[in-house]
Amino acid sequence: MDLNLTDEQRLLRESAERFVAESYDADHRRKMANDPLGFSPAMWTQFAELGWLALPIAEEFGGLGGGAVEIGILMDAFGRGLVSEPYIATVVLGAALIERCGSTAQKQAILPKIADGSLKLALAHSERAARFDLANVATTAHKTAQGWRLAGSKIAVLDGHAADEIIVSAHIHDHQGPSGRIGLFLVPATTPSLAISDYERLGGGRACNIELSDVQLPEDALLGNGHAALAAIEWAVDRAMAALGAEAVGIMQVLLDTTLEYTKIRKQFGRPLSANQVIRHRLADMAVQVDEARSMALRAALKVDSDPVERARAASGAKAKIGRSARFVGEQSIQLHGGMGVTEELEVGAYFKRLVAFDTLFGGSSHHYGRHARLGRTTVPA
Amino acid sequence: MDLSFNAEERAFQDEVRGFIAKNLTEEMKRATALTPSVFSDPDIGMAWQRTLHSRGWGAPGWPIEHGGPDWTPAQRWIFETESARAGVPNVNVMGVKMVGPVIIGFGSAEQKNFYLPRILSGEDYWCQGYSEPGSGSDLSSLKTRAVRDGDDYIINGTKIWTTHAHHANRMFALVRTSDGPRQQDGISFILIDMKTPGITTRPILTIGGDHEVNQVFFDDVRVPVANRVGEEGKGWTYGKYLLEFERGSGIASAKLREGLKAIAELAESDLTGRAIDSPDIATRISEVEVDIDALEMTELRVLSALQTGQNPGAVSSILKLRNSEIRQAVTRLGADVIGHDALAVEPMRPLYRLNHEPPMPEEMLTVVPEYLNGRAYTIFGGTSEIQRDIIAKMMLGI
Repeated sequence: MDLNLTDEQRLLRESAERFVAESYDADHRRKMANDPLGFSPAMWTQFAELGWLALPIAEEFGGLGGGAVEIGILMDAFGRGLVSEPYIATVVLGAALIERCGSTAQKQAILPKIADGSLKLALAHSERAARFDLANVATTAHKTAQGWRLAGSKIAVLDGHAADEIIVSAHIHDHQGPSGRIGLFLVPATTPSLAISDYERLGGGRACNIELSDVQLPEDALLGNGHAALAAIEWAVDRAMAALGAEAVGIMQVLLDTTLEYTKIRKQFGRPLSANQVIRHRLADMAVQVDEARSMALRAALKVDSDPVERARAASGAKAKIGRSARFVGEQSIQLHGGMGVTEELEVGAYFKRLVAFDTLFGGSSHHYGRHARLGRTTVPA
Repeated sequence: MDLSFNAEERAFQDEVRGFIAKNLTEEMKRATALTPSVFSDPDIGMAWQRTLHSRGWGAPGWPIEHGGPDWTPAQRWIFETESARAGVPNVNVMGVKMVGPVIIGFGSAEQKNFYLPRILSGEDYWCQGYSEPGSGSDLSSLKTRAVRDGDDYIINGTKIWTTHAHHANRMFALVRTSDGPRQQDGISFILIDMKTPGITTRPILTIGGDHEVNQVFFDDVRVPVANRVGEEGKGWTYGKYLLEFERGSGIASAKLREGLKAIAELAESDLTGRAIDSPDIATRISEVEVDIDALEMTELRVLSALQTGQNPGAVSSILKLRNSEIRQAVTRLGADVIGHDALAVEPMRPLYRLNHEPPMPEEMLTVVPEYLNGRAYTIFGGTSEIQRDIIAKMMLGI
């Protein structure tokens, strides 16, 4: 039992925090918000040079073999600067699914390119009718003589507009009809009859909706043998939630620090706001919640390789609790900044919006407390 | 980073489990489960203290030269966690975890030689004389006065909320020996024999129906000056040191988890008509469980820092605050889970020695009293409001 950072992890944290502090500021964020890509390809190249894109990929595929704790360290730093590069989409979700489900040939073709920054991925899984139920997929993949024919609609695809390849989930229909299995398909962004409509994402970055109208794909578009994709999606999303939780902690820490400084400087009734007990206690509650969130993000990261139920409960527990803390810390940061808190002039609002997006992504607190409860039942109701 | 214990620690865990399984009697276990106040009665608690002492485990946090087992923070964690899992009685916390560390830190050689072995063996049972009717959160405004008379102090005043004063043979108390420029000055830390003439104890019943706390009166109580710990007038420093131990012993999550488990079992039982089938109850159980997960993780982070000699600082206030709030959430949930049975009152104590059929199943006997008594968690040991003041001051610098 040891929760202290190793020397390597400490170095990673220091270099990530330094890089983010030097490279990301309000001007950069505003520029990216108005950019059609929503992030900077030059930064992405630097991520590759720093080894961050290779971080979780196995060494045999050009990666560094890092784990969820290292990803969390990086994400915490990204949160502090509201980094909008497609790290979750490409590295945390994309590379993980390729590594877990892909054939050796697919891994060899894709993973080294992710590591060197020359290829970006996205996961198109969510559908409007499914809400946050990962098992609910209406998109279909029919087996054809040449390969596959995909049809359906996907929403909230993170960074899909920037991806070179999109991983699409679909129910497999083979020659006998519906197989009952979900498969993951690699769809090049340039594929005809793939309609991508992208939009600005709340809190920075972009996302898109995708229409697949009879998209024709070759045989080897299917990731691996097409088995156990749902379990892999749940696994990858749990990992992504742990990573996003760490990012939320970084965001919350900035909001706490910023708000604390403001309450020391801002004077009303002849004294600083922070001289009032009601304000001091509010800030104490915010600090407690940031600390609890930090514990939960770390816990989820340390349990990503546990058995599926333990992993999922740790991820859902973290998502639910950090989601609540994020709303509290974000909303109170605005409250304590008074009228200025609701303006676009301050960065507080931008950080708050990223937290709201965090809480929504992959399901909010109620959804995840519910999932945690369902998975925790020791007996099945009669 | 690693959440799992190493081979050595797992062997220690087996050793603790084996020891508890062999020595914890069914009677102790049942009495502990049926105690709705914070502390076990001394006949139960001290029996367990003697058992632990016989194994050299009577005072886990003490240094080896005073009879501590010289455990690493991880071993202490394992010991506390296994103890909570098995449902062992509360030992005399005021002795082992409160006055013991103060005597070790600031007491004279004579005091160490006399008192420490008696705490370890369970011969002495301690109570804490801190709060007064006029001095709660503003503890250092205390007025109980000790006036020097030759080799004695003569003490007059009153202490309140004194847990187990009616059982204790000794009290450690903060008393005023002089008036300094600040109200924290002039306070001394005194050890008092409860049999000294002039001490009377009045019981105070709590809203759960338990007699756990008391008011203690001092009328010209003569205590030797030799019973003062450390310097005269420096008692506030020692008293605060003790409060940090009280708040930051830092291993509370395992007990909370056992408390929640008992409630979850009731919720899954036909006794409550399977309360868990209500999505609201099921979700609330998860909310509390996740809160416990977060607290446990914070405790483990503190533990890791301690292992490498770092000082965890004001985080002990976070632990105290969250532990007390989660404890209350567990008991509130319990009262909701048992449904109609929450209306029934069993006034007799102790609940493990009833000589009649109680008005509800035995598993539910403590639920409402624990909820009611549990309101005290956010009050004793420094209220939640005081903890927030400390967090604001120590962690945030405001």
